[in-house]
Amino acid sequence: MLKIMQARLQQGHRTMRYPDGPAPALPDRFRGLPVIDVGKCADGCTACAQACPTGAITCAPGGPRMDLGRCLFCAQCAGVCPEGAIAYSGEYRLAAGSRADLVIEQDQPAVRLAAALEPRLLKLFGRSLKLRQVSAGGCNACEADVNVLGTVGWDLGRFGIQFVAAPRHADGLLITGPVTQNMRLALDKTYAAVPEPKIVIACGACAISGGPYINHAQALGGAGTVLPVDLYIPGCPPHPLTILDGLLRLLGRIDGPGAGKG
Amino acid sequence: MSPGLNPERGILRTFTNGWSIDHASIPVLDPDAFAQAILGGVEAGQRVVALFGARPTEGAGLADATALYVVLADDEANLLAAARTEITGKSFASLTPRCPQVHLFEREIAEQFGLTPEGHPWLKPVRYEPLIASRGTGPTRKDAWGRAAGEPIAPGCGGFYRLEGEEVHEVAVGPVHAGIIEPGHFRFQCQGEIVHHLEIALGYQHRGVEQAMLGGPSSRSIHYAETLAGDTTIAHATCHCQVLESLSRCQKTARAQTLRGIALELERLANHVGDLGALAGDVGFLPTASFCGRIRGDVLNMTATLCGSRFGRGMIRPGGVGFDVDVARSAELLRQLDDLDRDAHSAVNLLWSTPSVMARFEGTGPLSRQAALDLGIVGPAARASGLARDIRQDQPCGMFRFAHIPSSIVDSGDVFARAYIRWLEFHQSLRFVREQLRAIPAGAHQVPVGRLAPDNFVVALNEGWRGEVCHVAITDEVGRFRRYKVVDASFRNWSGLAFALRGQQISDFPLCNKSFNLSYCGFDL
Repeated sequence: MLKIMQARLQQGHRTMRYPDGPAPALPDRFRGLPVIDVGKCADGCTACAQACPTGAITCAPGGPRMDLGRCLFCAQCAGVCPEGAIAYSGEYRLAAGSRADLVIEQDQPAVRLAAALEPRLLKLFGRSLKLRQVSAGGCNACEADVNVLGTVGWDLGRFGIQFVAAPRHADGLLITGPVTQNMRLALDKTYAAVPEPKIVIACGACAISGGPYINHAQALGGAGTVLPVDLYIPGCPPHPLTILDGLLRLLGRIDGPGAGKG
Repeated sequence: MSPGLNPERGILRTFTNGWSIDHASIPVLDPDAFAQAILGGVEAGQRVVALFGARPTEGAGLADATALYVVLADDEANLLAAARTEITGKSFASLTPRCPQVHLFEREIAEQFGLTPEGHPWLKPVRYEPLIASRGTGPTRKDAWGRAAGEPIAPGCGGFYRLEGEEVHEVAVGPVHAGIIEPGHFRFQCQGEIVHHLEIALGYQHRGVEQAMLGGPSSRSIHYAETLAGDTTIAHATCHCQVLESLSRCQKTARAQTLRGIALELERLANHVGDLGALAGDVGFLPTASFCGRIRGDVLNMTATLCGSRFGRGMIRPGGVGFDVDVARSAELLRQLDDLDRDAHSAVNLLWSTPSVMARFEGTGPLSRQAALDLGIVGPAARASGLARDIRQDQPCGMFRFAHIPSSIVDSGDVFARAYIRWLEFHQSLRFVREQLRAIPAGAHQVPVGRLAPDNFVVALNEGWRGEVCHVAITDEVGRFRRYKVVDASFRNWSGLAFALRGQQISDFPLCNKSFNLSYCGFDL
């Protein structure tokens, strides 16, 4: 018992102050929101679009358009750009309420961040949101960084958000993976078992668009192909801070680009 | 010694890990001799690293045949050996009754190529996928279970082994589980609380990576490798890059190999410390569970210090590594390692001094050395059952040819052994990463990779944190992937979990499961 208390003292208090305090520091090499300097683009150059493994970039007359729902944040596009027009910033706030809001281009250089749920749902879920996670393909990295939110550093429970064991106890689903053919039925049944009203969160490039598995016969193109999605969280996998930011925006705990409301 | 035909090793083509060979130099044996080569090798102490099907090369044999390849590892001699055969009928004689470690490989061949291993004791699908290739592509072509092309395949359906008698009951769990974990179906045959048999049906995460690799490498190939099992990104991406580098005769620098070694061991540190916390959680010992959950995140952040991604995305790239490490970054990582050392010791050592934890760990879920040997178990699970198996020592490649990590062995084979082996390996990896960070050789961190050699065959093995990760590639006449085979450690070890649960209480399943902590997506591909 003494040893346990000694260890407890040594480990210290570790829960971060965010969102009341500053967000935890991200590493300098973290790849968040891509920033495209369209002015640098050479006429007719499509190097970035060709290098992109998931077809996230299309080159239009107004410069490249990038669909962050497909983006793996591999920065291959930045590496091949002869003009150095693409750079990945440290901006971790990326979650949006619709697929279209994840597309960035010259006139819309940042994601249109997710708004809070409608008042009726906010009243129901704002202070207590129970989610059932369904892993439907993918590589388990999204799951790992969703799990991290439950550790003492992040302590997701302090926001009233909890992952529950049964869909019947849940207010919604958090889906990872592209929805494989082999998980389609299980996902349908899990969704049906969640009582109304319910929300769906697509976490990671796979769940948003199919990610690396876009156009595979063995997988569908993400959760949106079978269910209505309320929140899209880009990344491969999204950083825990990106996931938490998305969840808190959905619950109206954070709005605008600045710090949270607590 | 030069890799080549070695009369002492019989008729197989021998070579080393990460060394590509001319495909034509792999002997084509008749099916009986092929079977004898496998049985003889295993009897002599070798193990089956991979056994898989492929379309035959154009003009090399009968156009409607299926080629089978075997890769054996002779760990004593640090050599690999390969042979192939061609099956022209619809079946071949199963080796499983005499060599249990091939049981899942044979099921996979049946599923992917429609060949029936005659005499296989439990011939069921592996991933519930349609044929990936077969002789004749017409609609009349049926798979090993008599299903026509296009017929729907329901995952997890089909007969399960059943126990019958008084007080016998069956428990079905999954595919959707209670926690934030991947899908799989577990079917327990119980008598009272005691599990007599556990059958595990997977395939829910199957997304067709092996097929998607065909005709590559493409711009997606490295991403497929990085996402075969997200928590094993470094090991799988390293195998894939070794395949490319070997096939293109690319000489990567000592610097790149050192940085790869550091990344691989950081991956092991993160997962081992995370598993120790999760094991504590499964026996209700919350201090270590809470501490280690956070500490695991700290190690993931070290990998992010290397390359920006907590899972090592972007770190391992063909020809080297995607990110260099300068002196300041090394110093920062060394500082973080000191914190890790202190925090992990205070958190994990509580386990071994807490009687209520040890009472739950010791004697639970034992896997005997013989069972581990028969089933071909790899990684920490094998080393916890007294089997000295570690690719870093047995088939070393990259950094591990120059810097050795002593293998840790525990022999009780129970949950305690699988927990303690992680703690022993934690120390070895921590020491290795510190040493390497202090002496990163000079040189480029990445060099260009050229065209891949045509008609070549290469095997790349790495010791991932769960155990052996194997990538095999065969190139066609213009140097594209004609076959790409992936064997994750989980493909070998799920059988070990099922076996370890025999005679255990069903309430110990979560603990036993966590002590193996296997990958679903790495198995399902």
